[in-house]
Amino acid sequence: MSILLDRNTRVIVQGFTGKIGSFHAEDMKRYGTNVVGGVTPGKGGQAHLGMPVFNTVKGAVQETGADASIIFVPPPFAADSIMEAADAGIRLCVCITDGIPSQDMIRVKRYMRRYRFEDRMTLIGPNCAGMITPGEAMMGIMPGSIYLPGRIGIVGRSGTLGYEAASQMKALGIGVSTSIGIGGDPVNGSSFKDMLELFEKDPGTDAVLMIGEIGGPQEAEAALWARDNMKKPLIAYIAGLSAPKGRRMGHAGAIISAFGESAQEKVEILKSAGVTIVPTPSSFGETVADVLSAMSKAA
Amino acid sequence: MDIHEYQAKELLSRYQIHIPRGGLAYSPEQAAYRAREIGGDRWVVKAQIHSGARGKAGGIKLCSTDHEIVDAADSMLGRTIVTHQTGPQGKLVSRLYVEEAMDIAREIYIGFVLDRKSERIMIVASSSGGMEIEEIAEAEPDSIIRATVDPGVGMQDFQAREIAFGLGIDNALIGRATQTLIGCYRAFVDYDASMLEINPLVVTRRGDLVALDAKMSFDENALFRRPHIAEMRDKSQEDSRETYASDRGLSYVGLDGNIGCIINGAGLAMATMDMIKIAGGEPANFLDIGGGASPDRVAKSFRVVLRDRQVETILVNIFAGINRCDWVAEGVIKALREVGVPVPLVVRLSGTNMEEGRRILAESGENIIIAETLAEAADKAVGAWRSYTANKAA
Repeated sequence: MSILLDRNTRVIVQGFTGKIGSFHAEDMKRYGTNVVGGVTPGKGGQAHLGMPVFNTVKGAVQETGADASIIFVPPPFAADSIMEAADAGIRLCVCITDGIPSQDMIRVKRYMRRYRFEDRMTLIGPNCAGMITPGEAMMGIMPGSIYLPGRIGIVGRSGTLGYEAASQMKALGIGVSTSIGIGGDPVNGSSFKDMLELFEKDPGTDAVLMIGEIGGPQEAEAALWARDNMKKPLIAYIAGLSAPKGRRMGHAGAIISAFGESAQEKVEILKSAGVTIVPTPSSFGETVADVLSAMSKAA
Repeated sequence: MDIHEYQAKELLSRYQIHIPRGGLAYSPEQAAYRAREIGGDRWVVKAQIHSGARGKAGGIKLCSTDHEIVDAADSMLGRTIVTHQTGPQGKLVSRLYVEEAMDIAREIYIGFVLDRKSERIMIVASSSGGMEIEEIAEAEPDSIIRATVDPGVGMQDFQAREIAFGLGIDNALIGRATQTLIGCYRAFVDYDASMLEINPLVVTRRGDLVALDAKMSFDENALFRRPHIAEMRDKSQEDSRETYASDRGLSYVGLDGNIGCIINGAGLAMATMDMIKIAGGEPANFLDIGGGASPDRVAKSFRVVLRDRQVETILVNIFAGINRCDWVAEGVIKALREVGVPVPLVVRLSGTNMEEGRRILAESGENIIIAETLAEAADKAVGAWRSYTANKAA
């Protein structure tokens, strides 16, 4: 089991015929993802990588029955592509693009509210590595081989730090139900809490690893939600212990600008909400293993 | 991206925000000339640096004669001003702004920020202007008024009026205050700002509402569509190491430690720095070389890191996803031979083809310390740094 994505998900690629879109479309297909076509305005009617190209997302949805989309469109046009997907009835959209202006994302979030909650598209990203349900399907740019299929959910902001965690877990024989990168931007599609809600409901997930970082209120919000609503164990790491205040650490959103946004402060908030803390970035595997063995003893 | 006070005021004045009469000066003589142009009998000479809290650091002086203006300008130009916002290295003053002095009846704070919780633009206002917002939040938390704007329709007059009445502004000035707040919001949206602060916004004895100081920062991701803003960038106000890196497409933040870092991915970079700290060292920088890690980018990264003279060991940590470790290893060796690395080098490669990558490093004949795990990489880097500094001392 998994959340959001499995081998039956029908995926289209927005920004399909570009170099990056093409590369990852093939890579995702090789992994087993059900990629059914793509969208590049002006190239509709052509075939690319043996799949149909459409001018609009609506056209692609009508012809292929696609319910998910992954976006590799350059930053000036990416917000528009997200809104197009939402309007075409896409259920799950992963936006990989890094560098979308914040005010564009504010507009995207406002636009998505025109749909009733139950009809609203789930947006993952932007500025993320995407998501993977190991052994089934991948909508992202991660190396599929480092994930073992299993029962731990992963949700994180960073791509490569998520790889680090997954490979430490794999080395100990611990697998992943679904791993999701929600991205490093200050305004993003899905929050940590949104993903925890889905993992809590997923019968295929036993525990969740949350990989946060400095900046913003999302980790604390997720921890408080988990304290009151989550029965499955939550394990977390916060990156940026050595980050100075007021400096942007690579990700547009990784900046300590208010109280409660430093790594130390977030760790304190998480601890007090009962979250198990991964003490160092080299102990993701061990910490998850410890939690799992405590669970099996309790059971 | 930050801009200077005079630039922010010029932008805001186009949105019907009142600012004192003022002019830019690059020399003491020009400062005195500006004062005469402006007229009146009292002026303020202000150092233009990307920092607040300039007053306490000698960067703002009230003058009432030509002589005082020349002296004030002379004391600021070419000097490095250190405030708690600039860091210990301070910022160089190369331009001054000369303004007419205002008769101040009261001082107000207004700020506009991107609120990550509501995912909207938030207005923060307080009747206790003149202090920094952090101080206001500490000393007068009840004086702070907050409102968020629906991005679908923009800021409404009633919201601005509510804030203005909340600040206790006189009835006669409510219209002016509303215009000022709406103007700030429009400027924020029109230029893709990430922060706008008028502190203080002053009520003058003559009954006007004037922006005495102004600070604006902009979303770097939106500069492609704001060429007019991009032109206002003043590289002399930035850390030269960071400017050098950003000109080469690398995301770099200079810190105060001795272990230089070259890492792919922002999260892994932060985590590696954390690991160095846990191992007892201090990172010299944050550096994300991005997804590709091509030989060319690796070489550039070594150059950027080595520009910092404090670097006494380099740690490279690459998790190869799309690319392959053998390719990254070749890049590291190529970079070593091209750039020349005079300090110990620790490399940890992980992900696709890592055995092959490690073999290439080991067989290269170069002096590279190879680590397999993140913990081992940090321990070896701190160990190498300790023995390097011990040898240097001896």
